[in-house]
Amino acid sequence: MLSRTADNLFWLSRYVERAEALARILEATQRLASLPAAYGGKTNEWESAVQTAGVAEAFFDKHEEANHETVVAYLAFDRDNPSSILNCFETARHNARSVRTALTMEMWDAINGAWIELRRTADRKLEGEELTRFLSWVKEISLRFDGSASRTMLRNDIYDFSRLGMLLERADNTARILDVKYHLLLPEEGGVGGGLDYYQWSAILRAVSAMTSYHWVYRESLKPWLIADLLILNDQMPRSLAACYGELVRHLDALARSYGRQGQAQRMARASRVRLENADIREIFQTGLHEFITGFLSDNNRLGLAIHEQYLA
Amino acid sequence: MPSPAFDEMTLQDGSIRQAYGELADWIAAAPPDLLDYRVREAELLFRRIGITFAVYGDQQAQERLIPFDIIPRILTAAEWKLLSEGLEQRVKALNLYIADVYGKREILKAGIVPHELVFQNAAFRPEMAGKSPPHDLWVHIAGIDIVRVDADTFYVLEDNARTPSGVSYMLENREVMIRLFPELFSRHRVAPVEKYPDELLATLRSLAPRSAPSDPAVVLLTPGVYNSAYYEHSFLADKLGIELVEGRDLFVRDEVVYMRTTEGPKRVDVIYRRVDDEWLDPLVFRPDSALGVPGLMSAYHAGNVTLTNAIGTGVADDKAIYSYMPDIIRFYLGAEPLLKNVPTYRCREPEALAYVLDHIEELVVKEVHGSGGYGMLVGPHATKEQVELFRAKLRASPGGFIAQPTLALSTCPTYVDSGVSPRHVDLRPFVLTGSDGVRIVPGGLTRVAMKEGSLVVNSSQGGGTKDTWVLDG
Repeated sequence: MLSRTADNLFWLSRYVERAEALARILEATQRLASLPAAYGGKTNEWESAVQTAGVAEAFFDKHEEANHETVVAYLAFDRDNPSSILNCFETARHNARSVRTALTMEMWDAINGAWIELRRTADRKLEGEELTRFLSWVKEISLRFDGSASRTMLRNDIYDFSRLGMLLERADNTARILDVKYHLLLPEEGGVGGGLDYYQWSAILRAVSAMTSYHWVYRESLKPWLIADLLILNDQMPRSLAACYGELVRHLDALARSYGRQGQAQRMARASRVRLENADIREIFQTGLHEFITGFLSDNNRLGLAIHEQYLA
Repeated sequence: MPSPAFDEMTLQDGSIRQAYGELADWIAAAPPDLLDYRVREAELLFRRIGITFAVYGDQQAQERLIPFDIIPRILTAAEWKLLSEGLEQRVKALNLYIADVYGKREILKAGIVPHELVFQNAAFRPEMAGKSPPHDLWVHIAGIDIVRVDADTFYVLEDNARTPSGVSYMLENREVMIRLFPELFSRHRVAPVEKYPDELLATLRSLAPRSAPSDPAVVLLTPGVYNSAYYEHSFLADKLGIELVEGRDLFVRDEVVYMRTTEGPKRVDVIYRRVDDEWLDPLVFRPDSALGVPGLMSAYHAGNVTLTNAIGTGVADDKAIYSYMPDIIRFYLGAEPLLKNVPTYRCREPEALAYVLDHIEELVVKEVHGSGGYGMLVGPHATKEQVELFRAKLRASPGGFIAQPTLALSTCPTYVDSGVSPRHVDLRPFVLTGSDGVRIVPGGLTRVAMKEGSLVVNSSQGGGTKDTWVLDG
């Protein structure tokens, strides 16, 4: 396959995944921000949404204050923000158009349809109910794209590259949510768990749609270290770092097998996967949750570069 | 004004031509709702497949659909036989002419074509002088524009010997028609066009350099997603099962072309390029081209890669050379042209110029190097200002123009807002020439001027397309 084609596929699914992550972040934030001020706490939820999205610096270059209006505008519709939902779909569709022949009709439909729809709605201000509807629409597009991919694609290198982009982005998003909210999960702050913490913790779970899963797995009320365990180490939880890396390794191995050679990308992914497999949540807390997550984010980034070097350049 | 145009379905006396008998009955019996509904369905299908066409200079509609007309255009087997024999003859002559112009130049020595039309032609490539591409074939894919004026007379309007486009519409129009009107197909024996991709691939493979492996690697080179015909490039690459590459996907090492793949460099033997000559290799042509591949020409001259069409074929398809085509056919093939040329005034010749200036209101004036319906004056439909503008242009550079009588292009029934109504059409069949012979798929792209009375069928000027049926036997 052409390297450029692989690159386009990789970024296409990365951008769709990113759009979905942004929709989840906005949803969870909207929910938290709508609580009575007593629960609102010391933090500005809208500011932490911008941080979770990883665009804080550029955001504050443009806006003085992070509030409902500015953050929704910036994360959802701003053309100056390369990672806004609008731009994610725009870029995804551009990439899809360049690799039309590598996509199935269903995948193209999902992306092209979303792009056409979005061009109709993009310049409107969305509030309340409308915003909620828009955000669930974004998630539906991602589901449709992902579902089409898994139901209609041949299991060949095209499939592997599109999954790699999605998984790398997914791991990145989960880790960034943890990175911004890690202080809420530290034992000294969350010992008893008042109303405030409860809402904050559940917001983290909602941002990765893991609220129900949490109860199924632990059958307990919300405990910060269990939340961390679920999002970092639990193999059954599809957005956990461990699950993402299990899949990343699988797809990189499939590529190595079909091309008859492996390289840096395979070795790095396997090393991270082994670290996650052998880790224990108590040890992670002892050595520092924040350090662990920061380390993970930079490893994840390096894996992206290694994949680029090895296949996409 | 010319006499009323020949309608391909209904004769002047109101009778229906035989080939259209079934279709006319069907149109008469179809409830108006049905046609409306099918039109909307067709638009939806095209929109979903993503067939779009970018119109240069139209920022608003970066991607828009070419209007598709749901009423097919029908040609009989006998008409097609005449056309295909004429097309084959014409393309053979084009190939011999180009080989001669870059080779022994016998036609120039014989005084049949003037020197300056070759050597002062912007499309003449001195780099190719004395060179011969693999198999000494130059025009592998030609799109010859044909118009019709009565039951028996077809004219060639234009030869496209560089990178003709439109074949994807021929294929998609048929696909959509079969989906929307299966009942019409069951009443006609329509010759299939679906084998075009196979024929094209066979042609491209036959053109591989003799040194290439028996299973040559063929790619399609596109300028990229912003090109107006990008959809067609990706469509064809898909149908042929070959890689769709951009310049940056290719590189040249030791006079061999490679593409960058996820498994490392892979050798390329045949490039079906949809990039114009001057953008192909920044080391030889335009140095500012980012669309090309540095060193490509060195690989080409070394005989390590085939480019289709060959470099420099534009020397045969401009409108000034066009007027010499009947002589060119006679010179190389010793036969009379099977397809006529439209009578053409060469404004470079003083008498012709004088005539054109006097009669400009009845003529169509075209720029010699123009294409796509740009830079053209349709005398009978032009305003006074437009006419004066062209008179001035003609006086300033007569060599840049030709003029032709305004032909009464044939019309076909077309579904428009006011119902079924005649509209002017042309036809672009596609002629493939490989080292193993000529292949022509029965049919082609029928373009239709959707505006009443308009003679301009180009998609960049609001023209639409129709499915073209050649009836079997």
